[in-house]
Amino acid sequence: MKVTVTAFGIAKDILNKKQTEVEYSGTTVADLRQQLIQEFPEFAKLASLKFAVNTDYVNDDFVLNSNDEVVLIPPVSGG
Amino acid sequence: MEQVYISTDRLSSQWCIDLVSDDGSGGLVMFIGNVRNQTKGKTVKYLDFEAYEPMAIKEMQKIADTAKDRWKLHKMVIHHRVGKVPIGEEAVIIACSSPHRKASFEACEYAIDTLKETVPIWKKEFFEDGEVWVSARP
Repeated sequence: MKVTVTAFGIAKDILNKKQTEVEYSGTTVADLRQQLIQEFPEFAKLASLKFAVNTDYVNDDFVLNSNDEVVLIPPVSGG
Repeated sequence: MEQVYISTDRLSSQWCIDLVSDDGSGGLVMFIGNVRNQTKGKTVKYLDFEAYEPMAIKEMQKIADTAKDRWKLHKMVIHHRVGKVPIGEEAVIIACSSPHRKASFEACEYAIDTLKETVPIWKKEFFEDGEVWVSARP
């Protein structure tokens, strides 16, 4: 599976860019998370890392499609 | 009506008051989150906010809808600033109105607490000697 992920906040700093294509084995968000942590170990050091698909939060068992808008949500700090 | 709103321009508390004012409301409560000049004793120069805007708007709308429903508010607005925000200026303004004050006090607190947990907005603090994404690391 190959998806394009978009990153904000510290996640963007870790990727060193706003968007990147990730190729990984599996279909779920959990599989993608594992691949990202393998490629960028800094992700494991965050207080949390959530995922949004098409502007909604999704759980780790969510099955991704290659055309989904996947966004990395590091700990939010608005307000 | 700009019930939920994200802007790089300075926010207006008067505009928020005008948006939630209602002849049937005996109580109007407003929370303003300002940019502080220090954090943990360290001098802050300014903050920079980044938003995943379409989702942030959606999550802010959910908060306003839930609060209005739960506390039977007449109106609620949530306005958030993004980009560089100087010390002393508003990062967020939440205002709501209801027949009696208690509902608005509780709803306003719920809204800011939930915003800080769910709305995809990130702030970076800039110091004399560096910068840090707030809350990113445990």
